[in-house]
Amino acid sequence: MSAVEPRGGASVTAAPDSDGSPSGAREMTYLEAISGALREEMRRDETVFCLGEDIGAFGGAFKVTEGFVEEFGADRCLDMPLAENAIIGTAVGAAVEGLRPVCEMQFSDFISCGFDQLVNVAAKLHYRQGVAVPMVVRLPSGGGFSGGPFHSQNPEAWFIQAPGLKVVTPATASDAKGLLVSAIRDPNPVCYLEHKGLYRHVRDEVPEGEHTVPIGEARVARSGDEMTVIAYGSSVHLALRAADELDEDIEVLDLRTLAPLDRESILGSVRRTGKALVAHEATRSCGVGAEVAALITEEAFEDLDAPVRRLTAPDVPIPFSPPLEQAVLPQLDDMKEACRALLAY
Amino acid sequence: METTDASVVARERVRELVDAPLTREDRASLFRYMATMRASEERALTLYKQGKVPGSFYDGRGQEAVSVGAAYVLGPRDRMCILHRDLGAHLIRGVTPDRYLANYMGRAGGVTGGKDGNMHFGDRQLGCVGMVSMLPDMALVATGMALAFKTRGEERVAMTFFGDGSTANGQWHEAMNFAGIHRLPIVFLLENNRFAYSTPNELEFAVDPVERAHSYGFTGVNIDGNDVEAVFEAARTAADLARAGGGPTLIECQTMRMHGHGAHDDMSYVPKEMFEEWARRDPIDRYAERLVAEHGFRPEDVDGIREEVRAYVDECAATALASPMPDSALAIDGVFADSSEPLGDGHAPWSRWSHDGAGNGAAPMERRAS
Repeated sequence: MSAVEPRGGASVTAAPDSDGSPSGAREMTYLEAISGALREEMRRDETVFCLGEDIGAFGGAFKVTEGFVEEFGADRCLDMPLAENAIIGTAVGAAVEGLRPVCEMQFSDFISCGFDQLVNVAAKLHYRQGVAVPMVVRLPSGGGFSGGPFHSQNPEAWFIQAPGLKVVTPATASDAKGLLVSAIRDPNPVCYLEHKGLYRHVRDEVPEGEHTVPIGEARVARSGDEMTVIAYGSSVHLALRAADELDEDIEVLDLRTLAPLDRESILGSVRRTGKALVAHEATRSCGVGAEVAALITEEAFEDLDAPVRRLTAPDVPIPFSPPLEQAVLPQLDDMKEACRALLAY
Repeated sequence: METTDASVVARERVRELVDAPLTREDRASLFRYMATMRASEERALTLYKQGKVPGSFYDGRGQEAVSVGAAYVLGPRDRMCILHRDLGAHLIRGVTPDRYLANYMGRAGGVTGGKDGNMHFGDRQLGCVGMVSMLPDMALVATGMALAFKTRGEERVAMTFFGDGSTANGQWHEAMNFAGIHRLPIVFLLENNRFAYSTPNELEFAVDPVERAHSYGFTGVNIDGNDVEAVFEAARTAADLARAGGGPTLIECQTMRMHGHGAHDDMSYVPKEMFEEWARRDPIDRYAERLVAEHGFRPEDVDGIREEVRAYVDECAATALASPMPDSALAIDGVFADSSEPLGDGHAPWSRWSHDGAGNGAAPMERRAS
């Protein structure tokens, strides 16, 4: 039971959770942070290796593993045939044999082709047989660039319905590093969702050297007393911008981990502000927003000054054409309007 | 085999001395493991009929030679993913029948402690990762184990089983293809038991799946899966090839599932003549005859092993029945791991390993029976 319970205590700064003492910090993009963290972990631990499609000489569709083959060799930056179940399934076998595989789905959408191995084999092995499966599945997710219905999805809720998987969704470069390091060192399968829209647009200070962010801990990205926006991934940035532009006393809680959920931090913030908006780019029904709203309603009903609201994509596939896509994905104006409405309630 | 040609006799004798992988005790072991699998499954079926087994019941009656002959070649540090018709492989690696029977009954003393049922188990401390219902998922997991061996330059082999039905699934192709690309040290055992549940071979594939092996870049061999020494020999050759860097082998074992898919299945779709023909080729009876005819066993030696196995399985059933049901508080325990431990080593009863000083020796039941 203890392993299922999340850890509480959200922290306020961007990179406060480092276990070690960083020798310094350097500003970099979210993408550079992912790539750098992976490289550092592979240097630190020779059991860590990457596998995925086009990750070798080509360096991956988004260049996360650029230069890895030269440094680590083809065995540790393994180009896989176009077979997602093979990527996940062989990673399970390698993991139980003492390696630490980091799988790359070229796009998170393609996890559907490896879903069986993930949810039926990887997720359940420890519960069924006490076999730990230390592996990471990196999932470039999210829309906003006309990727269409098969290159834009946010599949995080699929994984949360498969007990045994941890699910993390960094929003900052610092957390991208800290959570990837923690995911690689975790003895469980971890789905690491990296939002493609953040790759080159988000830059922040990343601690150099040893830097981990505990899985299961949310982060207060902006402090406020009038309402809480509970968000993750790209929606954190939307919420921060909305709060700044509205110039209101809005708290933004960045969940960072979706499974196990940091229930204490959610409840602590909402009990204080009395109003909660849950925001994500993923579709609405049975999404993370529904779970968080239910949690708040069950545990903090007496503290609420307004109904819990959600800002999400509607229950449709992500369309291709820019005006259609923008109509589906939550935009800054939608976020501002949702905050305004809740503040005025 | 009788011959009066002295040179043939001499040549055969030399071959045995040089090449004979199986000692008399090995042969007794092969027989004993098959008999133990049969007796354990018969006992489990009785428990099922007595209402002591929740869910349904699945066994490998008629297929005992496949799992026993194949698993017998493995060394301690080799690894397996075992399927639901392959109890013999678990027994060889060191799972005792009481833990198997307790697992069927959902007891605390079962291999999974009640977390999973029937044959969905694998003892990680004995080098096994247990199966899931989706087939042939474990072919990819075993392939990943082999990838780890190859990456680390270890002379180890992974082995896994699947049925004819599995060869229709895309993951079968993914495993064969990837293992072929990297010439991974893995042995694939295809148990063609003629039916995928009720679907016969002719509705499963247009071409015998063993024919596909060469298109993945490795060898496929087609053998009599009801001949335990033929299975052993094919698996030994394949495992030695894999350890030497020669890559995978697909071994198709021709056999027959002599019970329904599960105890709820009356096999009405199996032609009577077909069933009767395979009944005459029972792997245990055949091997008993062969031990007497070819390997110097007396009929009473063979009967003695059967008796000893019956008594042992009785004792194991009593142990399993004495095992309590699991504490319901455990239902929410163990979703996540707090740490990761490598798999342990399996028992390796084949005399090659004890001669090398590398084996864990015989499984407990074999020691007690000697």
